[in-house]
Amino acid sequence: MISYFARRLLLLIPVFLGLSVVIFMIIHLVPGDPIDHILQIGSSPERKAALMAKYGFDQPLLVQYGIWLGKLVQGDLGDAIILKQPVSTLIAQNLPYSLALGSAALVFSTVIGVTIGALAAMAKDSFFDRALMGIILAGSTVPSFWLGLMMILIFAVELGWFPVSGAKNWQAMVLPVLTIGLGGIALVARVTRVAMLDAARQDFVLMLHAKGVSRREIYLRHILRHAMLPVVTLLGLKIGWILGGAVTIEFVFARPGLGSLLITSLNQRDYPVVQGCLLMLGIAVMLGTLLADIVQAAMDPRIRDRVS
Amino acid sequence: MALLTLDTIAVTIGQAEPLDRLSLDIDRGEILGIVGESGSGKSMTALAIMGLLPLIGGKVSAGAIRFDGVELTKLPEADYRRLRGKRMALITQNPMTSLDPIRTVGAQIDQVGTLHMGMRAEAARERSIEIMEQLRIPDAATVHGQYPHQLSGGMKQRIVIAMALMGEPDLIVADEPTTALDVTIQAQIIQILVDLVRQRGLALILITHDMGVVAQACDKVAVLYAGRLAEFAAVGEIFASPRHPYTRALIGCIAKEGQASGSLVGIPGTIPGVFAYPSGCRYHPRCALAVPACAVNVPPEQRLGAARVACDWVTEVAHG
Repeated sequence: MISYFARRLLLLIPVFLGLSVVIFMIIHLVPGDPIDHILQIGSSPERKAALMAKYGFDQPLLVQYGIWLGKLVQGDLGDAIILKQPVSTLIAQNLPYSLALGSAALVFSTVIGVTIGALAAMAKDSFFDRALMGIILAGSTVPSFWLGLMMILIFAVELGWFPVSGAKNWQAMVLPVLTIGLGGIALVARVTRVAMLDAARQDFVLMLHAKGVSRREIYLRHILRHAMLPVVTLLGLKIGWILGGAVTIEFVFARPGLGSLLITSLNQRDYPVVQGCLLMLGIAVMLGTLLADIVQAAMDPRIRDRVS
Repeated sequence: MALLTLDTIAVTIGQAEPLDRLSLDIDRGEILGIVGESGSGKSMTALAIMGLLPLIGGKVSAGAIRFDGVELTKLPEADYRRLRGKRMALITQNPMTSLDPIRTVGAQIDQVGTLHMGMRAEAARERSIEIMEQLRIPDAATVHGQYPHQLSGGMKQRIVIAMALMGEPDLIVADEPTTALDVTIQAQIIQILVDLVRQRGLALILITHDMGVVAQACDKVAVLYAGRLAEFAAVGEIFASPRHPYTRALIGCIAKEGQASGSLVGIPGTIPGVFAYPSGCRYHPRCALAVPACAVNVPPEQRLGAARVACDWVTEVAHG
């Protein structure tokens, strides 16, 4: 089984290369360049050309990509043009904030989402089920940046329970976690509910009833275990998604983090930083998926036997 | 008094009535066969006895089910649950799907022991392996730790049987226990069940559509058609002198040795769906002996000794 996952890890290399091409091309094809942010209004075209040559932007795109990739495989993400620091340093400074926010939001939305989904599945078609799923659907349609602003307005400005912005203490994390987590809850709850209802229709569940196991135990011990398989897949995707999904939320709450760094750098067309941040998010998605597969294999003996 | 009595029960699921005024009884040490085509109400009978109809949105809407003196249709669910898996056990049709694919088969047998028999995990494991060995599962201790997909169909059905035996039940309801298995395995599994009844004196309800299985195993037989009893008699009587035209047709469906292929006769037509039951005798559209009155009158069950037959022509048929 270990060899299977080693193989899976190797297969990520071409995915990684493809990802690097897409990231590089997208940001370079967007109009504007970092030099415009360095130059002062009224600078001469000669000065611009000199700076373009200094950073290698006068080279063909393919050559620029080759140079970037060459450094990349040696672990060098390059230096920020505007921020004038190594990209790896910038990421190292910001990543812990994003990881803390992302993992807190992931745990929060998983625990609450699975609980709600399980309760709804157990009370299928009841008023409780419909009400819960209705609220969840309504909640999931609210854009998170707007939700974030409303949270700030109510809980920070009006009630003053939590700080408006920043990342100084744990209280500052409550509102952003709630904002990101609420969207996640909707998704996790719905996947859990459907997966449980699906599992509940299987023959072995009838058998559990026939063995005299209580309904509560059947749902919470046996069916829930089956329902966790698709939920794990979803969570694997969401590991990357939450890091990336936090982009706008970090901005709204003025928190440091990968998202804030990405947006600032995007505005300034700071190519190396944007590329580095996007690459991080891409790697998070790839590893998240792989991690989900490993967890699934641990949970399901059929998968375990198939891969070994 | 019989161990289990079904007293003119009816089953409803929403608007449908898949079982109508069915009466049966079975005692310890007996094997009762319930036969009929798909849709005849056989599985409904199993679910009704086990009290599992609510799972499919159904209920026993009339009549009574008495199990060892207890009226089951009025039993609170919590008490019913204590009977299920302990005093009455179910063996389902498809062992491929009736075991949880992500738990070891051993854990699934052990569960009955810890749930009903007050066993600790270790004691349950020992007892499970003991029962598995009695069912001639080779290398039982290893199999105990395996998952369903690692076992053959016949082995899985033995696991399901072991699960049923773990609670030391008085009654086992086996709903087509061999339908999903290879023919060679079928006979083995039936033999295991027959031996259990003979050795332990438990009661077995064997639901099947296979008259061959009935002949091999059962003491008495109930023939169901479209949710009603057609005929109920001792197994010798059923094969020697079937009275109901449907029973006769069913027995005519068994291939006999030396019979030319192609000369097998089926019963013309198909069993009606639960919303399309014909008036009068539900078998009349397919019955070779039907007369116009059969489409009007619901034939009452007539007692002939210990047997019961629901056909107005029974006297003529029996003597004809």
